[in-house]
Amino acid sequence: MMEAPFEPKIIAFVCNWCTYAGADLTGTSRIKYATNVRIVRFPCTGRIDYNLLLRAFAQGADGVIVSGCHPNDCHYTSGNFHARRRWIVFRQMMEYMGVDMRRVKFSWVSAAEGAKWAEVVNSAVKEIRELGPSEAFQTMAREVA
Amino acid sequence: MSRIGVFICHCGENISSTVDCEKVAKTIAHIPGVAHSVDYKYMCSDPGQNLIRRAIKEKNLTGVVVAACSPRMHEPTFRRTCAETGLNPFLCEMANLREHCSWVHAKGDATTEKAAGLVSMMVEKVKRNKPLFPIKVPVTKTALVIGGGIAGIQAALDIANAAQKVVMVEREPSIGGHMSQLSETFPTLDCSQCILTPRMVEIAQHPNITLYTYAEVESLTGFIGNFTARIRKKAKSIDEKACTGCGECATACPIKKIPSEFNTGLGLRSAIYIPFPQAVPNKPVIDRSRCSYFKNGKCKFCQTKCPANAIHFDQQDELIDVEVGSVVVATGFNIKETSFFPEYGYGKYKDVLTGLQFERLLSASGPTLGEPRRPSDGAVPKKIVFIACAGSRDPAKGIEYCSKICCMYTAKHAMLYKHKVHDGDAYVFYMDIRAGGKGYDEFVRRAIEEDGVNYIRGRVSRVFERGGKLIVRGADTLLGAQPVEIEADMVVLATAGVANEGAEELAQKLHVSYDAHHFFSEAHPKLRPVETNTAGIFLAGACQAPKDIPDSVGQASAAASKVLGLFSADELTREPLIAVVNRFAPPVFSTCVGCFTCQTACPYNAIEQEEIKTRDGKLIKTVAKVNSGLCQGCGTCVAFCRSKSIDLQGYSNEQVYAEVMEVLA
Amino acid sequence: MKIGLYPGCSLEGSSREYAESLRAIAPKLGLELEEVEGWNCCGASSAHSLDHVLSLALPAKILAQAEAQRMDELMVPCAACFNRLASTRTELAADASARTTVTGTINMPYAGTTVVRNILDVLNRVLTAEAAKSFPKIFSHKVVCYYGCLLVRPKSVIHHERMEDPMEMDDLMKRIGATPLDWAMKTECCGASFSITRTDIVGHLGGKILEDAVERGAEAVIVACPMCHSNLDMRRKEIERATKKKFSIPILYITQAIGIALGLEPKALGLQRHFVPVAVEGKNKVQQNAPIRVTAAVSLEK
Repeated sequence: MMEAPFEPKIIAFVCNWCTYAGADLTGTSRIKYATNVRIVRFPCTGRIDYNLLLRAFAQGADGVIVSGCHPNDCHYTSGNFHARRRWIVFRQMMEYMGVDMRRVKFSWVSAAEGAKWAEVVNSAVKEIRELGPSEAFQTMAREVA
Repeated sequence: MSRIGVFICHCGENISSTVDCEKVAKTIAHIPGVAHSVDYKYMCSDPGQNLIRRAIKEKNLTGVVVAACSPRMHEPTFRRTCAETGLNPFLCEMANLREHCSWVHAKGDATTEKAAGLVSMMVEKVKRNKPLFPIKVPVTKTALVIGGGIAGIQAALDIANAAQKVVMVEREPSIGGHMSQLSETFPTLDCSQCILTPRMVEIAQHPNITLYTYAEVESLTGFIGNFTARIRKKAKSIDEKACTGCGECATACPIKKIPSEFNTGLGLRSAIYIPFPQAVPNKPVIDRSRCSYFKNGKCKFCQTKCPANAIHFDQQDELIDVEVGSVVVATGFNIKETSFFPEYGYGKYKDVLTGLQFERLLSASGPTLGEPRRPSDGAVPKKIVFIACAGSRDPAKGIEYCSKICCMYTAKHAMLYKHKVHDGDAYVFYMDIRAGGKGYDEFVRRAIEEDGVNYIRGRVSRVFERGGKLIVRGADTLLGAQPVEIEADMVVLATAGVANEGAEELAQKLHVSYDAHHFFSEAHPKLRPVETNTAGIFLAGACQAPKDIPDSVGQASAAASKVLGLFSADELTREPLIAVVNRFAPPVFSTCVGCFTCQTACPYNAIEQEEIKTRDGKLIKTVAKVNSGLCQGCGTCVAFCRSKSIDLQGYSNEQVYAEVMEVLA
Repeated sequence: MKIGLYPGCSLEGSSREYAESLRAIAPKLGLELEEVEGWNCCGASSAHSLDHVLSLALPAKILAQAEAQRMDELMVPCAACFNRLASTRTELAADASARTTVTGTINMPYAGTTVVRNILDVLNRVLTAEAAKSFPKIFSHKVVCYYGCLLVRPKSVIHHERMEDPMEMDDLMKRIGATPLDWAMKTECCGASFSITRTDIVGHLGGKILEDAVERGAEAVIVACPMCHSNLDMRRKEIERATKKKFSIPILYITQAIGIALGLEPKALGLQRHFVPVAVEGKNKVQQNAPIRVTAAVSLEK
């Protein structure tokens, strides 16, 4: 029997006010995109603990998207600034820990950018599909555990 | 033991056309903890909601997942359904099968699988949901209105007339603001003071309003419903209770040559002065920076002359603390001075004036008693050039925005000038005419057609003095950019409206956001124009953006309605999706170590320090505490906390982790 | 003070006297001028109306050469050259891809480290009130200072704080004893390169400038730009034709005015090269409307 082609499992951590609403708009606009992404809703990207991203990779996620409001537009004023700073710090740490950073996407998608969300998803899925399943980090995490 | 009820909506065909809803319902039914899993055509309809109600009762559900449209659409609907049936509303979540699934994917197995995945994620989350209850915060039913111009006055009267208390703080010695400086107002040419002063008097006499003039807000602490404002009453050097407002002191004062602020520098006042005859309160103040006594210990003539013994040179500033439940900021605006315009002379030409200065010349109570006269030689100008958009809409000057009111008041000025000087000539250089209000365009047409004001479409590149006249060099673009040179007797600049002095400092004191131009920021430009991002603080009038009197009054009443809404209950109810610092029994008390990184991260200053003490008052440790009145629930603190001692209700670590793990299961 | 110098084409050609007077006064002011080696034309108006890359490459080559000579600052007496060099430096600082293209075109490294200065900036630094005290003569005349367009605009490149009413030249003139008058034409256009293609426009615009100057009682117009000088001096006949009036008010370069105050000979300052005669009579006066009476020969000498 032929093995099913690899389809990456991608988790998106998004903020309620911008990207979640933007993704809603993608739906209202009936713009199609790949099915591989599952959205986890947060009030703000500032809430996103990057340890969760590490956990996701350890459990077998092939890719992760973090998306929120554009700088200066955060519903809570500064949550996305903190998320961005955290990203800058964690990016280096995650790379050091062995996460393939091509599998981690960070974006700003506003509530009006339905088309952009579809693009973010589609390009992430395409790229991560080409990278194949994320096994290295998962294996390493299991060895260490 | 979880007993989750799952309801998959077809949404007519919106979901069912690409997602096999029946299959999803069947798949979900197998998840441990799911006690009920059905699909239905329209969950938001009455029968749909009844399905939920019945299931909650019959199956004793501990949680509900409605898999349908976006929670941004119907979460309140289904939460209400649960609440009505006795299930805590926060034990109800939605899975987004429409906007995030059926509408964006083609029909097929992958789509149905994804739908099932999305539902199972929310099932796992709901298993960890905890019942949450709205937060109650007490409300002090006194409003603080900062600013005594027309906006502040309107807001204060609306609130006070609804039987709530108001404290009004005004920086100048009298309330009235810029409206009191106007001669007539557009589009009716009503006498400004005539319509304003009765309201000013109403403020002073209203039993529910406490008025502090010559006073400023020193600090504001607290949160919605529970603010403490510290007001600095600057020393007027007058005992207001004893003073009768007779004015002998001002007559006696030997320092008479101070440029009057009320008359925009065109008239004079004395060191002890009442700013204008209709001032409220009609009591003088001593300008200590100019008074001989305060500068070199001499004089005191005013005190000698005062029949009421009301002058006290040793009076000090007074600090007053008031408890208020909400704040209306109505601090108004200012306009750019002529010195801002290098191409119009850097302020060195006496007969180049601002619109507000021209207003004072037109005003019957002004320095020339209503006759337009040149400040340089007192002659009546026979030719006036009005320059609209002086500074506004000019990125080179750093003011990209339109100041909104100038097209209208320029037309008004030109008309009033023509009414007073019948053989005078008025020219207006304009870029566009913005006359969008009720009766506004008709007003401008009246200036052109009835009063013969000459409108020239073009800008003025330079104004310079030559032979006692002001040469105005502009262009007439409707004639193909023909250069136009006018020898004028007076030039009036409709200068840009800008934020009032001290706006930035005040905004920082109040923790209110402001923009690059120091106008205060509304919470949402379209849908929330009078709220700020700080709960309980509202905006009214030109401090938010330049606007005319009708708009200021409208916005002031809107702000007042928000205040009255806040005051309508004795307690404030807030959604409980806020952060909470954990607490345990002694000896742990809390895993919080008191690093307060959360405090630095919080944009709302919602994290306080709580001292945990023994019964005899010895300090054990200081931990973080979330102010449930202020926290807006962003969760930034949660991500920061190194000991994971703070968590966000509704999006707790456990809940979110469960969602993520379920995706990868 | 040592500073780089980019003379530009005009200072070697039609505005030779500007260069002469500059070199004459420089040593007296303690200014050591180091010329950019093998400098090329900056492109002036021609380059930037024809080809954008060329308009950047020509000044960039000059700046790259200045950098190679380790110049921290480059003084550019011609206002047009100054504006071109400063604009190029600003644009290349902001646009990385332009930088790549241009450095390829000029085939030289370019870091943008040399700061471009106009002559007023530099003169104001060395000709302090203290320094002026030791000058042998007082330039005791009423003058108007004409800045033209390129010394103070555009705002995004030049960052001038007072571009509608600049005072640098006025301050300099005051320091050497002159009375700079407030007038309306400080930064009004003279017609610039219409000098070649539409001299009638230059006549018209120049006429307005001189009319205002004369009406205010100025005895001379001080300039810091070869183009302004040409338009007000060399095109005097066109101005008289356009205005149907006669004007004999002389146009002096700022360097020439300073040179006179320093007691230098008119010939050293190239005053005889002007089309409109400049008389330096007696010990310390420049006379308005006086015919030539210069120590040696007559004007219009090359």
